[in-house]
Amino acid sequence: MAHIPDGVLSLPVLAVGTLAGAGGLWLGVRKLGDRDIPQTALLAAVFFIASSLAFPLGPTSVHLLLGGLIGLVLGWKAFPAIFVGLLLQALLFGFGGLTVLGVDLVNMALPGVLLAMAVRPFIRAGNPVRSASLAGLSAALSVLVTAGLVGVEIALSEPAFAPAISVMAVAYLPLAIIEALVTAFVTLYLLKVKPDMIGASTVIGTTP
Amino acid sequence: MAADAIDAAARIYPLDRLDTRTRVVVAVLLVLTLVSLRSWALLGVAIIIGLVLTRLAGISSKQTIRRLLHVEGFLLILFIALPLLTRLPPFIEIGPLSLSLPGLERAVTIVLRISAAALVVLSLFSGLTPTRLGHALGRLGLPSRLIQVFLFAIRYIELLRAEARRLHDAMRLRGFLPGTNVHTMRSYGHFIGQLLVRAVERAERVNEAMRCRGFAGRFPLVTLEKLGLVDIGAAGLACLLVGAALLMDRL
Repeated sequence: MAHIPDGVLSLPVLAVGTLAGAGGLWLGVRKLGDRDIPQTALLAAVFFIASSLAFPLGPTSVHLLLGGLIGLVLGWKAFPAIFVGLLLQALLFGFGGLTVLGVDLVNMALPGVLLAMAVRPFIRAGNPVRSASLAGLSAALSVLVTAGLVGVEIALSEPAFAPAISVMAVAYLPLAIIEALVTAFVTLYLLKVKPDMIGASTVIGTTP
Repeated sequence: MAADAIDAAARIYPLDRLDTRTRVVVAVLLVLTLVSLRSWALLGVAIIIGLVLTRLAGISSKQTIRRLLHVEGFLLILFIALPLLTRLPPFIEIGPLSLSLPGLERAVTIVLRISAAALVVLSLFSGLTPTRLGHALGRLGLPSRLIQVFLFAIRYIELLRAEARRLHDAMRLRGFLPGTNVHTMRSYGHFIGQLLVRAVERAERVNEAMRCRGFAGRFPLVTLEKLGLVDIGAAGLACLLVGAALLMDRL
C-alpha cells in the first residue's frame, strides 16, 4: 500500500484528507448490512494478504496495491475494508502512520471505488474479454491516480518538493501495468467461477 | 488500567497501565504537534522523549532501529531530492551540482519530524494487540459495524493466510517460479481470484452460523479498562508538553 509517513503532510492537508476519509468511511459503513459484515471482513483480510505478495520486477520486486480490484469487488465498502487493512498494517508491521490514516485511506480507496463505478455497468459474464480489459484499465488508472494524489499531497505540504513529484510518478508506471494485467486475470477467473462477486450478472450469454 | 484477558500472561510495561484510549488519543495529539514544530532543538527533545517512550512500552532497541530504518527509506529520496531540486536560493555549487541551503534545512527538519513521529507511534500504538485496539476504537465512538469488520478480519486473517500458503505451496510443487512475465501475472491472478472465492464462500458459512445464533450486527465489547488517575496524569503531561513545545516553537 502507498504510505506517507507521519510528519510529512501539513495540518491543512491532513485535515482535508481525514475529513474525506471519514466521509468515505461513513458512506461505506452505511452500505454495510448485518449480512455483509463477515464477508467484508474476510475480503479485507484477503486483500491485506494479497497486497503483501511481492511481484518480481527485474532485479527488485513490487507490492500490488489492488485498489482497482477492491473497488470492483466491494464498491463503497472498500473504505471500511481498506481502513481495516491500514490499521492492521500499522499494528502488525508498523507501516504507515496514525495521523495520515485518513489521507492514506482516501489515496488507496477513492480512485478504485470511483473507477469501478464507471466500468461496472459494462462488466458482464457474457463478454469476458471486454470486462477483463476494462477492469485492467481501471486498475492501472487507479494506481496512477493514487500515485498522483500522494504526489499532490506532498507537494501541497512542502511546495519545494514539487519538482520531484514527476520523478516519483514515473516510478509507478511499471506497477500500473502489472496491476492492470493481474486484475484482468483475476476478473477473467471470477467471471468464470463466481461472476456475481464483481457485480456481473450470473446468467452467462445474456447481453441486454 | 489495562487488563486485557488475552495478555494476562504477558509482562506488563509501564505504558500498559494506561487505558488504550488514552494511548491512542495521546499518540494522535503528540504527532499532530510534531507536524507543526520547526525548531530543530525541540524536535531533538521530541526524539529523546520518543526513545524514552519506546523503553516504557518495552520495545526492544532492535525493533526500534528496524522501524526507523524503514521510515528513513522514504526519507532518503526526499533528502536527495529536496536540496537538489528546489529553486530556493542561496545555493552552494559543488562541481555541476547546486545544493539549495533552505532545501537542505527543510530536509533536515522533515527527517527529525518523521523520526520523532515514528517513535511516538511505535511506542504508543504499534505495541497494542489488534483486539485491544478494536475495543478501544469502539469505545472511542467509531461505528460498531466498522469495529465488527475489524474484529472479524483479525479472527480470520491467520486462517486465510494459511490457505494462501497452501495454494502457494501447491503452485511451487508444480514448478512455479515467479518472474517478470505474463505467465506470473496470470498465475497470481488465478491465485488471488481463488483466495477471493474461498473467502466469500467461507463468509457465507460464517454468516449462516452467526445468524443461527441470532447475530444482529453487534457484539458486546467486553473490556475491563477504566480511565484512572494514571490516564489523567498522562493526558495532563501530554497537554503540558504540547503547550510548552508550541509556545517555545513560536518564540
